[in-house]
Amino acid sequence: MVDSKQQWKAWIYLAPAIVLLLVFTVWPIINTVIMAFQNDYNAMAAVGGQTFTIGIENFKRAVEYRNFLTCLKNTALLCVITVPASTLLALLISAALNSIGPLKKALTTVFFLPYVTNSIAIGMVFAAMFNMVRTVRVVQTAGIINNVIMFFGGEPINWINAGSTYWANMTVMIIYIIWNALPFKILILLGGMQSINKQYYDAAKVDGSSRSRILWRITVPLLSPMIAYVVITGFIGGFKEYTSIVGVFGETMGPVSDKGRLNTMVGYIYDTLPRSDYGRASAAALILFGIILVVTLINLWVSKKRVHY
Amino acid sequence: MASVTMKEQDMRSVTARSRAGSVLAKGMTYLFLMVMALIVLFPFYWMINSSLKTLAEYRLSVPTFWPKTVIWSNYAEAFTTARLGQLFLNTLLVGVVSTLLSLVITVLSAFAFARLEFKGKNVMFGALLATMMIPGELFTITNYRTVNDFGWLNTYTVLIVPFLVSVCYIYLLRQNFLQIPNELYLAAKVDGTSDFKYLWTVMIPLSLPTLISITILKMMGAWNSYIWPRLVANDAAHQMVTNGLRNAFKDAAGDQTNYPVQMAAVALVSFPLFLVYIFLRKYIMKGVSRSGIKG
Repeated sequence: MVDSKQQWKAWIYLAPAIVLLLVFTVWPIINTVIMAFQNDYNAMAAVGGQTFTIGIENFKRAVEYRNFLTCLKNTALLCVITVPASTLLALLISAALNSIGPLKKALTTVFFLPYVTNSIAIGMVFAAMFNMVRTVRVVQTAGIINNVIMFFGGEPINWINAGSTYWANMTVMIIYIIWNALPFKILILLGGMQSINKQYYDAAKVDGSSRSRILWRITVPLLSPMIAYVVITGFIGGFKEYTSIVGVFGETMGPVSDKGRLNTMVGYIYDTLPRSDYGRASAAALILFGIILVVTLINLWVSKKRVHY
Repeated sequence: MASVTMKEQDMRSVTARSRAGSVLAKGMTYLFLMVMALIVLFPFYWMINSSLKTLAEYRLSVPTFWPKTVIWSNYAEAFTTARLGQLFLNTLLVGVVSTLLSLVITVLSAFAFARLEFKGKNVMFGALLATMMIPGELFTITNYRTVNDFGWLNTYTVLIVPFLVSVCYIYLLRQNFLQIPNELYLAAKVDGTSDFKYLWTVMIPLSLPTLISITILKMMGAWNSYIWPRLVANDAAHQMVTNGLRNAFKDAAGDQTNYPVQMAAVALVSFPLFLVYIFLRKYIMKGVSRSGIKG
């Protein structure tokens, strides 16, 4: 009965998916590796019939190209700062949400709202909030964030305009990325907390444990698989950071005075495409893949030691 | 006797203290959540507030927290400045067509993996899952070249076809299909029901929530996609909404930018998403938490 008829039927059902995957997923993987290891591979030259020697020239060129290290530094910094910060904040918010009765649903709805937004569009809102409008060096509007700072007696800061400092720019990006990363993490962590057996908490209450002790000694260990999950996906997503920066700074990827200052690894790869220097772009993409793989493996290794399943 | 009363008193004072402590803790918890909620909501409030001001009011050195005169015309101006009508239509067309095709492909593949027996099934499924580990950026370079060779640049096809198959959704739907007892399928077979009829009358209705989740996430994906459309279809005729919005207001931090109009455009792009969220929140949250798709 379970026969040749089912065999070919199954392949017919799978045919559209397989064809598309072969063209747009499998072939790209193979081809990227091929292009990356052909020295100085260039699409234009390849069409012209030029052949290339095999080697790792592209990787060297990718690393030595002017802003590679800047891109790598920006990406790594954003990851290392925003992933732990947003995870911790999401953990606190989830724990708080999990402990309340009234308003829980309404507040959960609010906290998940940033998930459904367009990261370019809201990036433009953040840019407006941090922007200083000046005409002939006279500040007209300092921007709402600076207004708040001045209200508390501080000095206004040039966050994103021409002449702003690197760390001012980074601060804006860090705030925006954390704001953007919270909803997914809260959703996963809150879901995890709701499935923790209530008996643990009852036992802790009988023992008279404090709230923070309950959070760090019961909730966090029992939640550790979910925490590991959001940290790992956070790092993977973080290394692909790009659109949020385009949202705030535009395609200049930095303040007008220093374009490309905030560029990331993904931005680096895309910048190469129109110049058909595919060899370098492919090498950069493989480097990014390698970094993500290593970071994920480190994460898994750490979580193996720390996570209680 | 006396010692017993002492203990009771102790107990009472301890419970009173812990009750006071727990009230305080509750209050702190709510305070913390309210402050965080305000921070989360603030950009949305500021977007709407700014979008209704005159440029002069927007530029006041002391900001107003609600426009003194509400300027609705900003929205009309935004609609024309950013060519939002055209952008919405393009995005809707790409979103609807790619969602429909993607659903068909996903349902067929998930059915094959969940119900049919064939050689190499597990190997195929494993290979499919393995592709999920590889970052999309790795595909883009070759795909850019492929669509260029196909002559697809600046067409609707290039926005629809390359991303029709989502392994993640196939996986999600397969899991859902597996929960439907196999006996139903065998009984239908005995009755001589065709696979398609069985799919259409039993499996699809039973997994409707998952299909709705996939539809919404796919549509939102089209609405929010930026990198690929920007790369392959950046001409005026095929621009999608996110890309068009960014291009309409090029200098992010310029002094000349008409921010109220820009914020109105941003709001117009955001409102459809809010509506979907308000009415279909359940499906979005379920889909996201089960498939782990991160924005």
